[in-house]
This record gives sequence, C-alpha cells and structure tokens, in this order.
Amino acid sequence: MSELSSSYAIIEKRARRRKIAGRTFTYLFLAFWAIMVLFPFYWMILTSLKSTSAYNSEFVPKFFTLAPTLENYGEAFSAVPLARYFLNTLIFTLATTALMLVVIVLAAYAFARLDFKGKNLVFTLFLALMMIPGELVIITNYVTITNWGLRNTFTGLILPSITSVFYIYLLKENFAQVPEDLYKAARVDGCTDLGFLLKVMVPICRPTIVTVIILKVIECWNSYVWPRLITTDQNYFLVSGGIQQIRESGFGRDNVPAMMAAVVVISLPLIALFLVFRKKIMAGVSRGGTKG
Amino acid sequence: MRVNLQHLTKKFPNLNKKVGGDVIAVNDFNFEIPDGKLIGLLGPSGCGKSTALNLISGLLEPTEGHIFFGDDEVTHLPPENRGVGLVFQNYALYPHMTVLQNIMFPLQNLKGEAKLPREEIIRRATEAAKLVQIDGLLERKPSEMSGGQQQRVAIARALVKMPSVLLLDEPLSNLDARLRLQTREEIRRIQKETGITTIFVTHDQEEAMSISDLIVVMKDGMIQQIDAPQEVYDDPANLFVAKFLGTPAINVFHGEAKGGELYLAGENTPVLSVPGVADQTLWVGIRPEGLIPDPAGPLCCSLRNVEVMGRDTSVVFDHPAADSENPRAIVASARRPKAGETQVRFSLDREKVHLFQKDTEERIRYGEQRHEE
Amino acid sequence: MKNNKLKGWLYLLPAILFLGFFMVYPLIDVFIYSAEEGYNFVTQTSKGVGLYNFSYVLRDPYFMQAVKNTFIIVIITVPLSTGFALLIALALNSITKLKELFQTIYFLPYVTNTLAVGLVFMILFRKTAYTDGMVNLLIQFFGGEGVDFIDGPYWAKMFVMCFYTIWVVLPFKVLILTSALASVNQDYYNAAKIDGTSKGRIFRRITLPMISPMIFYLVITGFIGAFKAYSDQVALFGTDLNAAGMNTMVGYVYDMLYGNAGGYPSYASAAAVILFAIVLTITCVNLMVSKKNVHY
Repeated sequence: MSELSSSYAIIEKRARRRKIAGRTFTYLFLAFWAIMVLFPFYWMILTSLKSTSAYNSEFVPKFFTLAPTLENYGEAFSAVPLARYFLNTLIFTLATTALMLVVIVLAAYAFARLDFKGKNLVFTLFLALMMIPGELVIITNYVTITNWGLRNTFTGLILPSITSVFYIYLLKENFAQVPEDLYKAARVDGCTDLGFLLKVMVPICRPTIVTVIILKVIECWNSYVWPRLITTDQNYFLVSGGIQQIRESGFGRDNVPAMMAAVVVISLPLIALFLVFRKKIMAGVSRGGTKG
Repeated sequence: MRVNLQHLTKKFPNLNKKVGGDVIAVNDFNFEIPDGKLIGLLGPSGCGKSTALNLISGLLEPTEGHIFFGDDEVTHLPPENRGVGLVFQNYALYPHMTVLQNIMFPLQNLKGEAKLPREEIIRRATEAAKLVQIDGLLERKPSEMSGGQQQRVAIARALVKMPSVLLLDEPLSNLDARLRLQTREEIRRIQKETGITTIFVTHDQEEAMSISDLIVVMKDGMIQQIDAPQEVYDDPANLFVAKFLGTPAINVFHGEAKGGELYLAGENTPVLSVPGVADQTLWVGIRPEGLIPDPAGPLCCSLRNVEVMGRDTSVVFDHPAADSENPRAIVASARRPKAGETQVRFSLDREKVHLFQKDTEERIRYGEQRHEE
Repeated sequence: MKNNKLKGWLYLLPAILFLGFFMVYPLIDVFIYSAEEGYNFVTQTSKGVGLYNFSYVLRDPYFMQAVKNTFIIVIITVPLSTGFALLIALALNSITKLKELFQTIYFLPYVTNTLAVGLVFMILFRKTAYTDGMVNLLIQFFGGEGVDFIDGPYWAKMFVMCFYTIWVVLPFKVLILTSALASVNQDYYNAAKIDGTSKGRIFRRITLPMISPMIFYLVITGFIGAFKAYSDQVALFGTDLNAAGMNTMVGYVYDMLYGNAGGYPSYASAAAVILFAIVLTITCVNLMVSKKNVHY
C-alpha cells in the first residue's frame, strides 16, 4: 500500500508541475500576441506626441518621450482639412445607416409577416444576391453615378450602400421569431401594420437592430474603395481617403508625427465606440459580420 | 472498491460580488461507501450532489478533506489515474463517432504497458456493448439513436475500462417516464452483475429508493441522513428528510407537547400520547397513510376534496394547524368519506407520526416508536 | 386580402429598387461590358462583341502580376491566420484570469481603419534616409541585416503584406473560434479527462471535429476575403500598386476603371469576371471538401 501511495504522490506531483508549466506558457503566448496587437497603437500615439524635430533627429527611435507635445494635433487639423473629412464621414455614416435601416426593416417585415404572391421567389432571389461580390457591381455603379452627374456629392456616395441583403436576412430571421399571436392580438386591437412594426416588432428585435447598426457604422467609417472612386474633390473626402491623401501629399512626406496625429484622431471614435459597447459589438460580429 | 470521504469540503468563490464570501457546495462530508454497493446521492437541485460526484471523480479538487479509494488516498490525483467511470446527465457521447468508436475511445487512451492491441480493444468494447444490450447498433452515430440507447452507450463507455468506481450523474433525467423505469432496472442489473461500487446522483426520491442499497440525503451541501431506503422513509432524521421523501408528501402541522400528550395548535383534544417528550411547541409530521378514517378519532378536519385513485383514495382536507398547503390522507377506498360529508375524523398510526424540533427541525423521538434509540 | 398583397410589395419596394439599380442591373451589365470590344467611355459606343477584353487582360503583365500576388497572399495568409487564430482561441479558452482583457485587445484591429493602421505599419517597416525604422533596428539588434520592407525587394514587401493581412483578419477569426470552442459542451472534455485522454488526442479526436464547421466557415470566408485584398495593399504601398509591383486583382480592376491607367470599364469588367470565376470555383471546391469532412 505504501508503495502505491508513493507512486500516487509522484503522479500528483507530475500532474501539478505540468499544469503550472502549461499555464505559464499559455500566458506568455497570449501576452506576446497582445503586444504585437497593441504595439502599432502605442507607436502611433507615441509618435504623435513627439515633436517633429525630436522625431527626425532620432535615428534610433525612442520607446518613450519625455517632452510630449500636442502641436502635431494642431498641425493635423490645420494643414489638411481633417475636420472636414471627419464631418463628411459622420454625415455619410449617419445618413447611410439611417436610410438603410428604413429600407431593410420594411423589407424584412414584408418577408417575415406579410403574405403576398411571389414572396418566396423574391426571397430566394434576394438570398442569391448575397453571393455576388461587391467588386463585380462596382464598375457599373461607378458608371451609373458618373452618368447621373452625382460624383462628388453625398447622394452619389450614399446611394449604392443603402441596401444589404445580408442584414435583411438577419433581421427577417429575427422578426420571424416574434410569435404570430402578437400580430393577431395587435390586429384585433386595431393596430395597423406599420404601427405594429414600429411599436412591437422593432422594440422586441432591438438587439438585432443594434447589431446591424453597429456593423454598418464600422463598415461606413472604414469604407475606402467606393468613396475613393466617386470623390475627387477634397471637400467630399472621407477619413480613409483623407489618410491616403495625407500620406501622398499632405504635410510633406516626412512630417511623420503630424501624420500619426491624424491617424490617432481618425481611429479614436471607433475605438471609443468599441470600448463602450464591447460586449454588444463582439456578440454582433460573431453573429454575422465579416470584415469589409 | 471501498470509497471513504473524510471532511470533504468544496467552496466556490461567490460570483455575486455584492454578497461576497464563498459558496459552500459540499460541506464536511464524512461517509464510507462499502465495496460493491450502489449508493444513491439524493437531494434537491443545487444541493451540491453533482459537486460531490465531481470531487470523487477528480474533475474538481476539494478545498478541504480527503478521499480514499480502498486504502489509497486519491484526493489530489488527476481523474485519469483514479480508475473511475462517469456517466453524464446528457451522456456526452461524441457526436462524430460511431457507437463502437465511442466505447473504444477510453481504451485507446491507454499508454505504455497498459496499451492494448486493436483486436483486444474491439473485443472489450463489443463485450461492454453486449452487457448493456446494444451490440446490434455498433455502427450507428449517437444522433441516430433514442435517448435510452444513448444512455446505454454512455454506460458501456464508462464500464469498458473496468473502473473501480462507477459514477452516474442524473443518468435518467433526460429519459421519458417509461424508459426511466426500464433503464433504472437495467442499471441495477448491470451493477449487480459487475459488482462495481456505484454512486448514483438523483433528485428523484423514487428513483433513489428503488435501486439504492444506501441513500445519502443532502441539502445545502450537508448530509442530512445516510440509511437504507426504507429506513430513510420510516425513520427520517429531520423535517427536511421527512418532507423530501414520500409521495404524496408528509403532512406537517404546528403542534405542542404538554404533559406527555400531543396537541395540534389551537386544539384542546390530544391527538396522540407522546410519553417522554418535554413540554414544547413543535412540528408534527404525519404520513398520508398514517391518517386512518375513524368516526371516533381525535383529529377532526374539514373535508375539501376526495380524489379517487382506484385501490386507494386520496382525501384532501383542511385543518387550521396545517402547515402543508394540501394536507391529504391515503385511505383504502372502502373507507373513504361518503358523498355530502363536510367533515372527516382520523385516528393516528403512531409509527407514521414524527415529531421535530420547532427551531432546529431535528427529530424528537418518543414512546414506543420502533426506532427508539 | 387584396389590399394586403399590394402592401407586401409596397414594403419591399425600396429594397427592390435599390437592389435592382445597384446590384442586379450592374451584375448583368458587367458581363455585357466585358464582352463589348473597344468600348468608349465618352461616346458610350463599342465596336463589337467578343472575347478581346479577356485576352487583353490575360496578356497584360500587370494583371498577371496581380494574379500572382493575389494567389501568394491567399495561399500564405488563409492557412496561417486560421491556424494561428485557432492557437490563440485555444489558449484563450484554457484561462479564466485576464481572459476578457486579452479578448478585448485581440479584437481591436477589427474596429480600426485598416488604412490608418496600415500607415503605422509602413512607418514601422520603412527604411528612410533619416532612420532605418523600428523593425530593421530590431533585426540589426539580433545580428541580421536590415532591408526596406516598403520599397525594397519583392519578398520583403510580400512579407509585410502577409503579416499585415494576418494582423487585420485575425480578430474576426479569433472571435469566431473562441465562441465555437466555448460552445463545445464541457462534459465532452470531462469525459475525456476521466478516460485519461492526452491533450493532443483530445484536440484531434474531440475539439477539432466539434468545431470543424466553424473552421470551414472561416476558411471559405477567408479565401473570399483574401481574393478581394486591396485596401491593405493601398495602406502599405500607396495607391500606385502597379509601380510597387504589389497590385492585386481587385486593385487591377479599380486601376482599370479609374486610377492611373484609368477609363477602361471593359477591361475592368473582364478582370472582375475572371476574379469572380476564380472565387466561385474555389468556394465550390471548398464547399465540396467541407461536405466530406464536416460530420454534422
């Protein structure tokens, strides 16, 4: 028995040691990648706080600065119309998201609750459209918008991104889960279809709608390709286009700190939004988001 | 294999930060499970019985105390070195493997000297499948089987490596009523056949009573009573055990002992003589079958409802001293109250009347009761 | 009832209008464009119908360079990022302390503007007259020889490219895999633990099969996403990707449409159709493979 006990003791000890080693390795690994993720952010903030002359004189860049300055931020806003880009992006994001919500809520409601001939056929066609990559249709859209004379206007920027089949699908699935009885009860109570949609469906499905809003806002804020095609006038640049312009011509190529200040300012709103709505955003993305 | 638990305690940090402190899931367990017996660990949900099982299996480490298998302490031993088999409530069959692959899985894990040739693994797996009578379904996937069949696969998988202790965590709760009856007999048969010490967790008192050699009743992480099934019913250690076992449940009344006589609260007629009980207010528990219709009986109740059940009749009544919501008596159908009656009188079978302390709810023993110590 | 039928269409009308104008019509149109030879953007006329646009695009060295780049990016980043994301997700799922913090950090790249952070990467990897750049200094510190990753040799540029792409796509994959792993019933692991299953075996026989649907989902979307790579390239190497030799197929389409080469919607369409055909083929192959290997 004592022999057995001592062999048990060895097994115990080994198991414990292996556990500690495994845990340490796991944390080291996670910390390593966390640094890889955070380092560019750190570098961008750090550089934005260094004065231009200090930055340019560092052949070996320093990992900290003793004389932080905000002058680059002033530079970023004055040398290029950064505030203008910001405002444009805000208008573009809000308008696109709001218009899209109206369109997709109506469509999702029609698919989920209303009965009409050809509904299933239309829905199938919609689903088929989900597989069409945006790159394929952007060419004609560009030509269309150009022909309509809508280049360098907000209308031209917004129009093609108002519908998303995927979000209609996401919302329709959610709407369909609202019990049919509620609809009947509301009809008996004299509620109109539109009233029911706004007063019952939308509040019940708020989480999904919030998810869609968040995903769309992220998408709009970061959109680059379409705005770049459709805007040549600085007055209509979005932040992405702004960054590209800053990179290629603004500040002079070598004012890296000012460039970084602009980058910080542009990245901040979404990061703030993320930190506030962290759980919602992550849940939303894992339910149905892909980048871009 | 004898299993011995000494001062076994498991605390979890409280997730509700406002309350703070620890949640004690298992509190100072001391008992010994004799070799080859089937033990029912019985208690309401959340009483810590699954935690106790996980401590024995090694999936959890105790905060305090010791676990012995035979003479060897296994308290901190990893689960795979303990030689236990565990059957989960939802079976935990790997959905992507066939029945045979599921049963073979534990044997394929063996390493070094214990390693078995493939033919031997298949032979043993088939044997285990035969034991639980699913040897005709070996090529199916779990999703193609009924709940009862899945349950058998889970048992076969737990048995295939010949564990020294078999642990079953609510194994029947996902089955429908008919299958449940059948499967619990099956478990009893397999246990008898293999002679493996078995611990069985359940919240269903009938289940525990019908197949266990010994029942451990738990509440809030503490052992309330350990006894043979009939003893737990006939001789409950406290009010909780008395209430938890038996359907319909025991009737509980407010009562008082005065001068060796038992009174129900607010009454002047004694209902039972209880020699040796000190004067005090107390709880009176009367099993439904302990109420015998008797026109001259001391207990007078207003009749509420009569439910005919065939052989017996359930008499639902009202009494001002009753603490139970629907006090009822089970009487032979021949003696049931006649239509139109509004009152019913009972005399009491003293074997079926249990007294409990008002505050601690511990049992007060009296008079010539069978189990007087 | 009749009223109701009309109402259904009314509710759908905005969606149908927008989709019709900006999805269905362009879809048909792009095939027409790609077949019209010698289309003139100003006069909006063409000389005839044929496959000339395709043969032009396929003979264009810039396009072939773009195809090569795109395939390299796809082949390198999709398996690497999926595998690495799986490693991270496994590590995340094995800890409790600091788990939320790590998850939050790992997700950050998802919500940042890829162009903005791309600029930071460029600064870190670039070698200029004033400084060798962070990364090069690190390489030199460990005794290696510095190289300009942004304007230097092809392999160096490709390395930054792939590294940045993985950095950008990882958050989504880590998130999906972490929740996939967390949704595997703990009982499977407990059962395996009691049977003394080794870590490697648990991973191969239980974890991997259980999350295989999600892995395939990530591989499929990963392929599609990587084939559409474009803005990450712009972020690192600027808009003139042809000059940098780092153009991608999508980049080629846009350059043909506008950009420096500008104004050839027919060539752009032909390139887009070719891209679509490739993506479609690979997605179909992927789906067939996954049907065979996903168990439920």
